[in-house]
Amino acid sequence: MRRGLKITLLILLISAISFTAIGCNDDKPTLNVYNWGDYIDPDVIKDFEEEFNVKVNYNTFATNEDMYVSIAKGGTSYDVAFPSDYMIERMINEGLLAEINKDNIPNMKNIGEEYLDLDFDPGNKYSVPYMWGTLGIIYNKTMVDDVVDSWDILWNEKYKGQILMLDSQRDSIGVSLKRLGYSMNTRDMNELEEAKNELIKQKPLVYAYVGDDVKQLMVAEEAALAVVWAGDAVAMIRENENLEYVYPKEGTNIWFDNMVIPKNAKNKELAEEFINFLNRPDIAARNVEYIGYSTPNVEAQKLLPEEIRNSQVAYPSKEKLEDTEIFVDMKDMLSIYDELWMEIKAER
Amino acid sequence: MVSRIIKKMYLWLMLLFLYAPIIVLIVFSFNDSRSRGKWNGFTLRWYAELFKDSNVLKALYYTIGIALLSAIISTIIGTFAAIGIHGLNGIGKKVILNLNYLPVLNPDIVTAVSLMTLYKFVGIEFGFITMLLSHVTFCVPYVILSILPKLKQMNNHLAEAAMDLGATPMYALRKVVIPEIMPGIFTGALIAFTLSIDDFVISFFNKGAGVTNLSIEIYSMARRGINPVINALTTLMFVVLIVMLIYINRKQEKSIKKKGGVI
Amino acid sequence: MKMKALSYPYVVWIAVFIVVPLALVLLYSLTYGDLSGMNFTLNNFKKFLDPRYLDVLWISVKLALESTALTLILGYPIALIIAKEKPSKRNTMIFLFVIPMWMNFLLRTYAWLTLLGKNGVINSIIEFLGFKPLNLLYNDGAVLLGMIYNFLPFMVLPIYSVLVKIDNSLIESAEDLGANRFQIFTKIILPLSIPGVITGITMVFMPAVSTFVISRLLGGGQYMLIGNLIEQQFLWVGDWHFGSAISIIMMIFILITMAVTSKFDTQKEGSGGLW
Repeated sequence: MRRGLKITLLILLISAISFTAIGCNDDKPTLNVYNWGDYIDPDVIKDFEEEFNVKVNYNTFATNEDMYVSIAKGGTSYDVAFPSDYMIERMINEGLLAEINKDNIPNMKNIGEEYLDLDFDPGNKYSVPYMWGTLGIIYNKTMVDDVVDSWDILWNEKYKGQILMLDSQRDSIGVSLKRLGYSMNTRDMNELEEAKNELIKQKPLVYAYVGDDVKQLMVAEEAALAVVWAGDAVAMIRENENLEYVYPKEGTNIWFDNMVIPKNAKNKELAEEFINFLNRPDIAARNVEYIGYSTPNVEAQKLLPEEIRNSQVAYPSKEKLEDTEIFVDMKDMLSIYDELWMEIKAER
Repeated sequence: MVSRIIKKMYLWLMLLFLYAPIIVLIVFSFNDSRSRGKWNGFTLRWYAELFKDSNVLKALYYTIGIALLSAIISTIIGTFAAIGIHGLNGIGKKVILNLNYLPVLNPDIVTAVSLMTLYKFVGIEFGFITMLLSHVTFCVPYVILSILPKLKQMNNHLAEAAMDLGATPMYALRKVVIPEIMPGIFTGALIAFTLSIDDFVISFFNKGAGVTNLSIEIYSMARRGINPVINALTTLMFVVLIVMLIYINRKQEKSIKKKGGVI
Repeated sequence: MKMKALSYPYVVWIAVFIVVPLALVLLYSLTYGDLSGMNFTLNNFKKFLDPRYLDVLWISVKLALESTALTLILGYPIALIIAKEKPSKRNTMIFLFVIPMWMNFLLRTYAWLTLLGKNGVINSIIEFLGFKPLNLLYNDGAVLLGMIYNFLPFMVLPIYSVLVKIDNSLIESAEDLGANRFQIFTKIILPLSIPGVITGITMVFMPAVSTFVISRLLGGGQYMLIGNLIEQQFLWVGDWHFGSAISIIMMIFILITMAVTSKFDTQKEGSGGLW
């Protein structure tokens, strides 16, 4: 018993010392990055650390909302963060972001015009595009014999119990709105009620509302149809050739993940170096090959293997993207969305 | 005889139930594919990538460190607290006990956000310490919960008898009370460790830049799909733990044999 | 006994780390707008008195009750069997039961998808044996399975720690006096293990009411539970006031439920001491 106690205290002492020691190795400048999990090629980070002789602390978050609360609370600072479009809009409005000095990011010229100057950050004063993608339908050719080109197929009785919807308020309500011909950002209560009722009608046909497990399920052929993001579709199709991805004719959501610098960042210049580094064509190409989503860096696109560059899934032609909308921050409508979603879920 | 077989079968069935998902994870750690949807061939590449992934290794280090520290600290605090609370009576005891249960019954997000607001209010910089304090806060109630029934079970007069015979309160505590409640202390420490190692929400909102843990890394991968490197890590952790368990078991059996006892 | 002085440090800890945060939550629940504005209102609580929200609370509690009951029924025998083993084997077996819990929860739950899916491991075995595949996923059964899986050790450990120290001489004298196994169990072992059982129920029921990740992953997101609702208020909607109000309501509800349960403790004082 005495020995056990001694060992315990020893462990405590050693751990306490080693943990405080870990914090104290900053002879090099440190960059605190705040990104989605597994959303950057680890070798790219190592190259950056070597070339600029700095240390990168890679912190991760699971959703935009988690990241927002984390940054808004203060008490700790991140130098670069990677939020999505609607969240950037919110953060700009709340004064949480610092303006970017574009003179420090010359490589921004590599980014295609169509990805810049978007509604959520006019003039790109606060953000630089990182990855983008679209929402669409993935289906199993062997399990679906109808033509798939519209959101309607997800309401088709024939596929009862074979449909997967996303467990995400905005994505699912957005799909329902688009199918009815309304905007994904509508504030009209009538349109929203109608969309909600359609989702309630659809509920008996839905196998499950899922998150990232949709990939596992579709590859294992547990369901026939699902709503997924283009980047995930690329990976799924690689695993199972029976799968196909389409952009519904009613239009869909297009999303952007951009790089921002929070106002309380300690290393603003280093952050801008990092953003510039990530936009070098070769680096951006390596990165996007690791991640598998779509890059806004047109110079990098040229360096990608032909089958990806020409893939209609990853880089669809302009016509396919005509009817796409970016999510707008819903602000006061959020609690309305929440109530609608609750009513949909509560139906038994 | 029959009852013995039934008991064994029940136990094995339960163990199978508990370990089935772990076996799935182990198998898929050798799967040559990022998806858990189908088997694509055998590979060791996730193990190779694991050792190059400094983020995951850093997360592992912090996870185990915090789990050990918070288990030890909360067990110590919880043991003394439980003994103290056991000696109380009346309204005071009831109030303290009910307050103690709040971290148990509150959803993680409420505990996380309320602690976060507390730290912000006080002006502490978020980092390793805030994460550790938060872990201890939600572990101690479970330790107390584990020890109280043992204190109830214990004969109250044992400690008094010891002191009547000349023991100091400290001595009575060390040699009489604590050995009696040892299974509760052991259980409490185990539960504290288990809770701490798997915590996401409370850790995420109460940490600082540069600190992380495995749960955070794994949940953050949810959008992209969990990198199979994690399966490899889980397999290795599991193997290490089982080996340690077997080793400790053997040592115990040897020491009992040496003392001339029956195993 | 001067022992109660030992509780004073913890009382201070509680004051700082539990009472102050609780006060903050209470403050949020009773105000609107900026916290420093101190604009008091009861609207947050009134908002909850909507049949839709009350239904959510009811479903969560029902699920928690079912899970707790099943966990108790399945867990008690485990605790009993292990407690009767020889000391050297006991600790090993307890560790064997706890080690799976040290592997990340999300990973283990995802693994259940592989096991329970239409084309999953279990169904593959069933089909191999010549039967029709079963619908094992995205239904109530799957959610209960997930809950039991997650909470089993928290039921087993407290019951085990109490069973382990039941005085053997009591059992032996009962046997000498002619009691059969059933009587020994119901008249001696069961009553003496009640403190552990109540602790186990506490450790399972309370968190079970606010758990929602299991139902989200294994129930196919088809449930809206109170834990889910609360998290959405804090993170998604950004309405910390309503979220806090729901939490307070849930806290009161659970404490009352536990008070009712502890009336079943026929011993002199409350074992865990609730109310």
